[in-house]
Amino acid sequence: MAKTLYDKLFDQHVVAQRDDGSVLLYIDRHIIHEVTSPQAFEGLRLAGRTPWRVSANVATPDHNVPTTIAERAKGVEGIVDDTSRIQVKTLDDNCDEFGIVEFKINDDRQGIVHVVGPETGASLPGMTIVCGDSHTSTHGALAALAQGIGTSEVEHVLATQCLVAKKMKNMRVNVVGVLDEGLTAKDIALAVIGAIGTAGGTGYAIEFAGSAIEALSVEGRMTLCNMAIEAGARAGLVAVDDKTLEYVKGRPLSPKADDWDAAVSQWRELVSDEGAHFDAEVELDAASIKPQVTWGTSPEQVIAVDQLIPKAEDQADTVSRDSVSRALSYMGLKGGEALSEIGIDRVFIGSCTNSRIEDLRAAAKVFEGRHVASSVKEAIIVPGSQQVKKQAEQEGLHTIFEAAGAQWREPGCSMCLGMNADRLGQGEHCASTSNRNFEGRQGAGGRTHLVSPAMAAAAAVAGTFVDFREL
Amino acid sequence: MKAFTQHFGLVVPIDRANVDTDMIIPKQFLKSIKRTGFGPNLFDELRYLDVGEPGQDCSTRPINPDFELNQPRYAGASVLVARDNFGCGSSREHAPWALDDFGIRVVIAPSFADIFYNNCFKNGLLPIVLSAEQVAELFDQVAAEEGYSLTVDLAAQTVITPAGKVFNFEIDQFRKDCLLKGLDEIGLTLQDSEAIKKFEQAHLASRPWLQASEEKFSA
Ligand code: SF4
Repeated sequence: MAKTLYDKLFDQHVVAQRDDGSVLLYIDRHIIHEVTSPQAFEGLRLAGRTPWRVSANVATPDHNVPTTIAERAKGVEGIVDDTSRIQVKTLDDNCDEFGIVEFKINDDRQGIVHVVGPETGASLPGMTIVCGDSHTSTHGALAALAQGIGTSEVEHVLATQCLVAKKMKNMRVNVVGVLDEGLTAKDIALAVIGAIGTAGGTGYAIEFAGSAIEALSVEGRMTLCNMAIEAGARAGLVAVDDKTLEYVKGRPLSPKADDWDAAVSQWRELVSDEGAHFDAEVELDAASIKPQVTWGTSPEQVIAVDQLIPKAEDQADTVSRDSVSRALSYMGLKGGEALSEIGIDRVFIGSCTNSRIEDLRAAAKVFEGRHVASSVKEAIIVPGSQQVKKQAEQEGLHTIFEAAGAQWREPGCSMCLGMNADRLGQGEHCASTSNRNFEGRQGAGGRTHLVSPAMAAAAAVAGTFVDFREL
Repeated sequence: MKAFTQHFGLVVPIDRANVDTDMIIPKQFLKSIKRTGFGPNLFDELRYLDVGEPGQDCSTRPINPDFELNQPRYAGASVLVARDNFGCGSSREHAPWALDDFGIRVVIAPSFADIFYNNCFKNGLLPIVLSAEQVAELFDQVAAEEGYSLTVDLAAQTVITPAGKVFNFEIDQFRKDCLLKGLDEIGLTLQDSEAIKKFEQAHLASRPWLQASEEKFSA
């Protein structure tokens, strides 16, 4: 029978079937960070258990780590915030105690879990990958079945190497046609969420397909799969093609020599068969996508840069009138304005959505020869990993950022969620390349607008939202 | 894990769709390395007028009188009713921990985000899906009647209103059993240890690079 890519990945990892339709799914790779793991390790200890296959695990601190050079210089002991320091130290202690490989705070492989996994080859095609973090969907860009799990599941995976899972439904999002020059996976991701809504993918694994997806780089596909969770889907996927193999080849943990050939012949099968059944299909024309900007407090509250912000009274029913008016009031908007009427206070370029080398190159292209507007208090650029940082510095991107008046930081999650010192103040508007614009996400009372790296850089320069191509 | 069989409790309505886990428990509270103590910070930004920080004494903070959890008529509520897509966003299990710590045992909504839904069961919290119309009916009744409470019977899969009206809900059998008996899921899975070992052996043998890479990894 013709199978979807998701079906294949799922079926290859079924250990046992249970009567109620759930299965024990074998997990190839488990990635761990400091925020969602301490209670899981504690649970293991209390029950006297040890990790099932210790080498399946890899850890790195990312959510809490400071991003200024000064605070990073002294390693974990130098973290000023007590609770952050304790959490990072707890991760170190737990990994040491259980023998888990950890890329520690200043290790040259440290970074955001979802950047580090693919770039080290810890995440490979065909794997099942879990992490106590919803954006684990990112790794699906490599045709891996990757999903976020809760802390109890982290403990369960540590102890049993399995996840109790139920098969999701299959959705395919076809993006056909050609994307305009300079537009990116981020614009596709936001346009898809605008089209299907934040609950549109609930219960599904979404496979992204079509000519516009084939044309994306593997890093772009990561951006897209990263935001599958914002569309409600626990997993996003892209089939294996030459680009996938090229990306994976030569990574520190990728297969070598004979293993490589054997792996490639298996990985080539990681595509949906012709005629495979999808429970839902959505089609989008890439040519119709313009630079996207969110105006509200949910990623589905998104418009093209040249559209007007919606008015509450124009909404069809009371529930959406309520949610639009609540979002407008939180964002300090009336409805009906142009995006160019919004004054930007801060700019954040980073996060597991957009902190890879391509993202930084796109931002640098816009910053080159320009300067951050005087009305903007701060523009920070936070690379996704030590490796990305190194690469960017080799290419001289950091000098472009600094010449433009932006700050070049150390790798971590940073202002994506503001668990460290990088936060928005009350009422501040931020052009952010992250993935969530929820109330208070980047700091209490902060107002987040999600955009692509080029659009964020353009917002930094203009002090408001403009089409970066018209800067 | 805590068992759940029957529950009778006061209902608090949170009339919003897309209640996300950042809203349920803001990130500054995720720095705790414990599972308990999140209750006072449940819905922190909506509940209090100041900016919450870990370690504060919440009893002296200025509260937002408009927020439902602060209204005297909902004090002691243990059943939360909300609109679509409850629990979306971050996978943080701190969200069900905070609800549980606050005293919520049941959340009723027309739909839930997957990870949150899943996390509830690990913590003895019961998420119930009713239709949008049924949920709308509950909202109307809660607004009309002070002290409005519901009876939830997991074995029978029913929600019973004060007037005796019965709503049936769906739940998968495995989760239901675990919750009814308060089973330790890890212990349950480890009963299948032999099957896991057998699978693992064959799986890794046919994918030698998984292990080869791991040797490098540990080196
Ligand atoms: S960058 Fe943001 S979304 Fe990504 S893992 Fe870190 S906090 Fe989560």
